[in-house]
Amino acid sequence: MAIPQMLVHDRRDNVGVVVVENLVAGTDMLCVVTEDNSDFRLTAKDDIPIGHKVALADLADGDTVIKYGVDVGRIVAPVKKGGHVHVHNLKTKRW
Amino acid sequence: MAKPGKIRAYRRENGRVGVRNHVVILPVDDISNAACEAVAAHIRGTMAIPHSYGRLQFGADLDLHFRTIIGTGANPNVAACIVIGIEPGWTKDVVDAIARTGKPVEGFWIEQNGDIQAVAAASRKAKEFVHWASELQREECDFSELWVSTKCGESDTTTGLGSCPTVGNFYDKMVPQGIYGVFGETTEITGAEHICEARAATPEIGRKFMAVFKAYQDEVIEPNKVDDLSDSQPTKGNIEGGLTTIEEKALGNLEKIGRTCRYIDVLEPAEAPSKGPGLYYMDTSSAAAECVTLMAAAGYVVHTFPTGQGNVVGNPILPVIKLTANPRTLRTMSEHIDVDVTGILRREMTIDEAGDALTTMVERTANGRLTAAEALGHREFVLTKLYRSA
Repeated sequence: MAIPQMLVHDRRDNVGVVVVENLVAGTDMLCVVTEDNSDFRLTAKDDIPIGHKVALADLADGDTVIKYGVDVGRIVAPVKKGGHVHVHNLKTKRW
Repeated sequence: MAKPGKIRAYRRENGRVGVRNHVVILPVDDISNAACEAVAAHIRGTMAIPHSYGRLQFGADLDLHFRTIIGTGANPNVAACIVIGIEPGWTKDVVDAIARTGKPVEGFWIEQNGDIQAVAAASRKAKEFVHWASELQREECDFSELWVSTKCGESDTTTGLGSCPTVGNFYDKMVPQGIYGVFGETTEITGAEHICEARAATPEIGRKFMAVFKAYQDEVIEPNKVDDLSDSQPTKGNIEGGLTTIEEKALGNLEKIGRTCRYIDVLEPAEAPSKGPGLYYMDTSSAAAECVTLMAAAGYVVHTFPTGQGNVVGNPILPVIKLTANPRTLRTMSEHIDVDVTGILRREMTIDEAGDALTTMVERTANGRLTAAEALGHREFVLTKLYRSA
């Protein structure tokens, strides 16, 4: 299999993780779901550093972000599918 | 699957297996550090383990101090131990407790002697211990006799994808073979506590975990919390590596306990496990040096440490094996990494293969290979303090 640019833990997730360095906006990413080794393609909307997250769908203010199939926080600024998800638009529900 | 074979290690007087053969010079308290360091400077083959506490502590905080100091001296990676304290009372308490392992241990104190006389007497005894310890031979022991702890640090999203599941795979394979395991990091379970509770061997043990988790939330977090805990959860390094929330970090962290093993008890900080072979949960801070120090004091002899952004922690007596799945960290900090599992992200290495690679490194480390942290001189020994001294 070709080397993927993005990995997703669980089929229920609405974010994935960039796993290569120097990923630039416009890249047509090969994305693999580690749970079952299925794959799909997604175009990155931003330059996204290695390890950072990408929205797999349009996410609106207040939406819950799912990773590992589990709630990992809420969206606080809308992000489009393929966009960068991090501290500027995702917040913990804990503290 | 890599077969856990025989290792060559040190069989201690109490039957436990150690993988290092240290002669340590152990201070009871902060003001005895200088004397311990003087002995270690004088007698080759010894190691002082200086620390910051031990005076005017009381109650549970003092119990934890003693448990940590005594557990460190009692650890099977320690062949023999010199204890130095400011006065004889607590010094003798520590010596007597370490002596229960059967290993050579002797105490010295500074009051009515002064540093110089105490150092002279302790140096003579330390030299004796070094002669004795240096003739001990490694012998054949079973891999399954190892006690292997885990804690991750400077995590990022690659830890949850690669290095933590590697440790989980190692535990899934080796805990059934009879090793002791332990994980902890009470704060860093936040967001995954329901999953952690469900991974207990029985509902009762799960409730014991939840009581510990909730006590920390109520007693420490709630009265003191600030936004993202002052950039401590997640840390600046976590955020640089792409982790955004504590929940996300906790889920990656918990990958270290694999898919099938269940923890069989919940330990106090530095408490030795007493329910036989299996995986344990220990109530610890998530700060690397504090957590690893507590696990060493509980008697663990090899540590597996997944890192994303490159935590460089070590321990004086416990070899800390670093593994990373992050290719940038491997490229920029390779001298700190013992096991490269970056192939997981490229889908060139399965988690199962990575688990076998870690098993092999645990075996080599047990046989005597120095870890990156040992070779680089990392000896972080940090005591956990529960509250202010009297």
